Amino acid sequence: MTTPKEKQQPQIGFVAGFIVPGMPQPLLAPEKSPGWGRVRAAFEVLRERLDALKPDVLVIYSTQWPSVLGHQIQADARPQGVHVDHEFHDLGTMEYNFPVHVPYADAYIASGKERGLHMRRVCFKGFPIDTGSLVALGLLNPDNHVPCTLVSSNMYADRAETIVLGKAARDAAQKQKLRAVAIASTALSNRLWTKPIDPTEDAISSQKDDEWNRKLLEILAQGRLEDVAQLARQFAREAHADSKLKAIWWLSAALGSSNDFRGEVLAYEALHGTGAAVVELRPGGVSRGEQEFDEDDVEFFRGERSVLSPSSPGSKTPEKARPS
Amino acid sequence: MKNQNNTGRPGSIVAGVLAPHPPHLVYAENPPQNEPRAECGWEELRWGYERLRKSLSGEDFDVIIVHTPHWRTVVGHHLLAVPHFKGLSVDPVFPHLFRYNYDLKVDVELAEIIAAEGESAGLQTSLMRNPKFRVDYGTIISCHLSHPTWNKPIVSISSNASADYFSTDVGQREMIALGHATRAAIEKSGRRALLLASCSLSHRHFTEEPQVPEDMTYEHIYNHNQYLWDMRMLKMMRAGESRRVIAEMPDFTDQAISETRAGCLTWLLAAMNFPTTPATVHAYGTVIGTGNAVVEWRM
Repeated sequence: MTTPKEKQQPQIGFVAGFIVPGMPQPLLAPEKSPGWGRVRAAFEVLRERLDALKPDVLVIYSTQWPSVLGHQIQADARPQGVHVDHEFHDLGTMEYNFPVHVPYADAYIASGKERGLHMRRVCFKGFPIDTGSLVALGLLNPDNHVPCTLVSSNMYADRAETIVLGKAARDAAQKQKLRAVAIASTALSNRLWTKPIDPTEDAISSQKDDEWNRKLLEILAQGRLEDVAQLARQFAREAHADSKLKAIWWLSAALGSSNDFRGEVLAYEALHGTGAAVVELRPGGVSRGEQEFDEDDVEFFRGERSVLSPSSPGSKTPEKARPS
Repeated sequence: MKNQNNTGRPGSIVAGVLAPHPPHLVYAENPPQNEPRAECGWEELRWGYERLRKSLSGEDFDVIIVHTPHWRTVVGHHLLAVPHFKGLSVDPVFPHLFRYNYDLKVDVELAEIIAAEGESAGLQTSLMRNPKFRVDYGTIISCHLSHPTWNKPIVSISSNASADYFSTDVGQREMIALGHATRAAIEKSGRRALLLASCSLSHRHFTEEPQVPEDMTYEHIYNHNQYLWDMRMLKMMRAGESRRVIAEMPDFTDQAISETRAGCLTWLLAAMNFPTTPATVHAYGTVIGTGNAVVEWRM
């Protein structure tokens, strides 16, 4: 039996974590649906809380920025351009011009390499910024007063690699002595309606998905983020999760793989059938003691292929393109 | 209905091509549109495209229709429907290799006819009319490698994610219906069309690359299983057994992690009404572990 106790809020590192949807409706067309409007309103509440935290950097992991070669980190000091969503191009155009915290981005790349990850620095004029990142930035940081960096979602990375990526984000914030906010841009269930809909009648596209979403949100509202991360595989199987729910793996690891948060669900609605939640997680909740988790807590990524090879603990043997 | 060849004949498909889109191939060609420069690389595939271009050089066609995996949609099949696009395409996955200045024209009328035919067949279709839209790199790369002069208008069709949402079998049925609708639209339009299926065969990538991306000492298939599947599919294509290709496609897609999941090849073979003439395999090669073939069917 453990004794609940209040934890202190950190002054550096990640001071909060947010879960937000990456669909464009709340940014481009909140007026078309009461539900989309409520998601927009929740973003606005979250924006005020974000401002109060006075962060130095926003770190956004978006499931809509896929990568193949390792993990890409946006390090262009000032990405600018125009983006049109590939699916909902009729909703309009997103113009962007935002600052990136380049020292943090570089520190993140270095921290990831120290933990065995293949990290890649992205700094190219005209590089396409994804819808999820732009929705988060457009609604949480509309005047761009907080610099950010963006993190890709490697399509082959599973849990071990993704939580190491989250830990590297945490390392970098602490080493740089920055107040950071981690933002996971992801849907919960990700089953879109396959036909156009009347926005006023939008709903979660499957009752089963809805039930699973609500269960996850019930746990998140108790601040039990790591418990949700441990449920990700089952949720993905049952509810057509957005990218295996790997954004939650990243977020939980970045925030310290703990259940000791103060959680609040600010909105839960459907965005074209997907489960869209706006959730705030703040360190300093009631401690529930040490948990017995089913999954390993991985510190260092050793590659995905040599699972049968007798590599010694601590050896750095990344995946090679050519067999030795 | 406008008949572009002014002969009163129905339109037709001139040729269909499996035209994969690894950005590495454009990178290694060093065309003026692409910013990064390469020393060499992936010659077998690039020379295969060269053979394709030579084969097509005597053919007169009005339009290129491309089905692309890198414009993924869920709410139906989308088609570009803005007359002109110009911009810089930076590959979000390989930005160090592909930063390409594109300037292309769209055959909007044909796109509208394909969309209408699709709707008649019970498919959900959508015309993309936002002029700020960024054309996907699958479309650009397959069109560039097949016909680099860009002097023909194109129609670009998104890849509907029905295979991911339901099953590869459901995805197949959807793409077969889209292929038939595309063929009917071409015939109605009077156009002579070149069709491109912009996809690889097996599609498991290495997640790292060598210091010099075009260092070919590192290039090989990801695993033997994928190679065996790729060869099996090519053997059937060369034997003119396209219906068997379709029959085995769900297994191939699942077991070789194939990019055919996007439906491009199924769409192509259905549009050509499952040709029994042997296909010409201009090249097979790997790109960071994925299996790619340039394959031509003449109609």
